[in-house]
Amino acid sequence: MFWNREIETIERKDLEKLQLARLQKALAAAATTPFYRKVFSDHNVDVSKVTTLEHLQDLPLTTKHDLRLSYPDGMVPISRSDIVRLHASSGTTGKSTVIFYSQRDVDEWADLVARSMVATGTTRDDVFQNMMGYGLFTGGLGLHYGAERLGAMVIPSSTGNSLKQIQLMQDFQTTVIHITPSYSLHLVEVIKENGVNPPDLTVKKAYLGAEPYSEETRDKIEKLWGLEAYNSYGMSEMNGPGVAFECVHKNGMHLWEDFYIIEVINPETGQPLPDGEEGELVLTHINREAMPIIRYRTRDLTRIIPEECSCGRTHRRMERIKGRTDDMLIVGGVNVFPSQIESVLMRIPEVGNNYQIVLEREENLDRMYIRVELYSKMFHGDLNELKRLNQKIGEELRALITINPRIELLEPGSLPPSMGKAKRVIDNRKI
Amino acid sequence: MPQQVSVFAENRPGKLDRITAVLEKYNVNIRAITISDSGDYGIIKLLLDKPAEGCEALKNEGIAATLKDIVAIRIDDRPGGLHRASSILAEQGINVEDAYGFTVTDTNEAVFVFQVENVQGTERILSEAGFKLLGDSELYLL
Repeated sequence: MFWNREIETIERKDLEKLQLARLQKALAAAATTPFYRKVFSDHNVDVSKVTTLEHLQDLPLTTKHDLRLSYPDGMVPISRSDIVRLHASSGTTGKSTVIFYSQRDVDEWADLVARSMVATGTTRDDVFQNMMGYGLFTGGLGLHYGAERLGAMVIPSSTGNSLKQIQLMQDFQTTVIHITPSYSLHLVEVIKENGVNPPDLTVKKAYLGAEPYSEETRDKIEKLWGLEAYNSYGMSEMNGPGVAFECVHKNGMHLWEDFYIIEVINPETGQPLPDGEEGELVLTHINREAMPIIRYRTRDLTRIIPEECSCGRTHRRMERIKGRTDDMLIVGGVNVFPSQIESVLMRIPEVGNNYQIVLEREENLDRMYIRVELYSKMFHGDLNELKRLNQKIGEELRALITINPRIELLEPGSLPPSMGKAKRVIDNRKI
Repeated sequence: MPQQVSVFAENRPGKLDRITAVLEKYNVNIRAITISDSGDYGIIKLLLDKPAEGCEALKNEGIAATLKDIVAIRIDDRPGGLHRASSILAEQGINVEDAYGFTVTDTNEAVFVFQVENVQGTERILSEAGFKLLGDSELYLL
């Protein structure tokens, strides 16, 4: 089943022709933005000289840091009045990275998501319950618009409130859900506690996203729910969800190459690697008016599956993400850098220099513990003062990283000293 | 003005052991001890015969410790003994933040030790009401 058979099964040589035309257009637009104008001039790049796809490899890479440097709109080639939406994700220093969309971009993105959903067999007769956060995060609205474009009925239930979620599923005969793996494991237990056998529900399909998880976790989710679970890949820098999606064969994710040019590089040297070799995924967005991004380092490790897929789609597949090249943590679907936590702790005078971030999975939900040492000189022997300190650390962290960690105050010297490479993060979650 | 030592301690086995070992090593005697806890951690309050030395010793061992001014008064060791003091504090609107008491061997007296916001003001009020305040040397050597 196809959403757009012509483009999904396009001959490789025609696809490459389309890619080159779109790349040239994206480069020309990028060259008018303050950020890329400077980058291209610093690297002596003349975008009009890019006449083959291979030339792309000579262009400089773009990083998340660059996105922050160009905050808020240093990468936008179109006028403010032509922008209809923005999304944002949290950054390491508290400053967000912001992504802009024109009306055409929002439409094209919805189309891509509809294409992805159809690849898994979803149709306009389906009822789609979207249990992802709505808002600045792209997961909620991204799938929402795609499902509407497809013509499915959307239940925008967003996150949390498990009993309500179950009631909606039952009352409206939900057939497809969009959910984080951890929440799906939690919700299935709540369903059982309420005397319902999960496979008896009408839910037959789940899109899992926003968090890393293993193939074993997918199997477990499929068995517990009695459904088919599909891997998907996306990030706000590249629109959001719908960058790559599994088809019904569930054997790697088709990366939509009419929107994105794929490269896999050696993360240390930056050298491009051939298909099949594992490295860092680098994507160029060649079909977004409001924000072209050239050779973006995703920090995700994967490999391209060069073989053709039996579904007939010619867009190459990528393997599930193997890991990251930086220290980003994904906690309950939220991206968190340890440096963000450190920046909060280090501006609180009562906190010593040592801290530890401990991640646990409790009842299938991610839990973050921040263990901090009390700074001796700031101890005044007052229990209430300590309680207030505890609260203050919690509130400041929640304001920045949006998740609610549990703070543990420790005696000075109780954590391993921070000489050299201290182990700041202890991840006890099994994915 | 008498002082006691407050120590920050995580609420788990072995914490008291570590603190008392340090005090023993430095030959500091504990006259009274209380622990108030708040779940994961608590504060241990120690009335020591040499509070400044004891506090310094604990700090040198990397323990979060601090000296706090306290008020200590003699009260009668009989029914109503403490009430006489507490009614004066109540009349004057003085809030007792943290307190403990103990009796003194071979006398019919007891000692009431407590923390308040305004130590000097409280001492003056109690002294005017006829209570016998204990100075540091007196208290530590009881």
